[in-house]
Amino acid sequence: MRIGQGRSRLTEIHAVPAHQFDDLDQQREASSLGMWVFLVTEIMFFGGMFTGYTVYRHAYPEVFADASRRLSVVLGALNTSILICSSLTMALAVRSAQAGKRRALIGFLVLTMLLGSAFLGIKSVEYAHKFHEHLVPGATFTFPGPRAQHAELFFSFYFAMTGLHALHMVIGIAILGALVALSWRGRFCPEDYAAVENTGLYWHFVDIVWIFLFPLLYLISRT
Amino acid sequence: MSQRVLPQKTYYLVFAALLLLTLVTVEVAFFDMGILNFSIALAISTCKSLIVILYFMHLRYSSRLTWVVAGAGFFWLFILMALTMSDYLTRAWLSVPGW
Repeated sequence: MRIGQGRSRLTEIHAVPAHQFDDLDQQREASSLGMWVFLVTEIMFFGGMFTGYTVYRHAYPEVFADASRRLSVVLGALNTSILICSSLTMALAVRSAQAGKRRALIGFLVLTMLLGSAFLGIKSVEYAHKFHEHLVPGATFTFPGPRAQHAELFFSFYFAMTGLHALHMVIGIAILGALVALSWRGRFCPEDYAAVENTGLYWHFVDIVWIFLFPLLYLISRT
Repeated sequence: MSQRVLPQKTYYLVFAALLLLTLVTVEVAFFDMGILNFSIALAISTCKSLIVILYFMHLRYSSRLTWVVAGAGFFWLFILMALTMSDYLTRAWLSVPGW
């Protein structure tokens, strides 16, 4: 490639594609496609749990509705809004990377991390409430009515699904932290920001999982 | 991935739409509409996901190959759900001893 022809050597090196690619567009395309393939495996991963949830909700609709009323709509809705805000800041971070605005990129990445942490903070408050109310599946689980074991199933799904979702958030925040460090060193430029774009795809995917979890777990029946 | 930089306005509009739909989905849950509650909640979630995918995830401006991969993921999810539920939803139709 045209290294050192007039322009500064550093920018030129930045703009060179890896040797297996014809040009930067092809490299960009491949990187985003690879991320989408990973996200498809994630769809199937969460899909199995969503299917299991559907089967048991269909089998025990009333108990699932009763159990769902024990979750806090306010905290759930608040967390949904926080996650949507974090998706906006993530999208703006990717946009800043595209435009080569380093300071804005770092700012939006940090903001996304903070919002993600706020989500996890509220989630931990909710989990603590469930422990106090003996709604955690196990030996101490108590639920009024004759079909407590079906309510226990609901809470098993609740903890498995929100727990794995939260784990994805923790991983996402760690990756964002790495991106902040890399952006600090000026690793990204408008020609090469694949890591930021792909982290954005991952973050939005985790947001989408929550978009389905919120109504399915918190809003079964509130009448 | 597209090089195209979307105007900031697009992101803010998507953000506003997502918040609005969240509000609607919460409000709707407080009205008893029978089976419709589930359908509406699912329809709203699907709308929200779609605009996240199309704009935040830039799928609208991605290559057709990316469309196929993303579509395949949701199609396989549909197969998983449809085949599983075609079993569970129809079990009660015939009274087979032992079920």
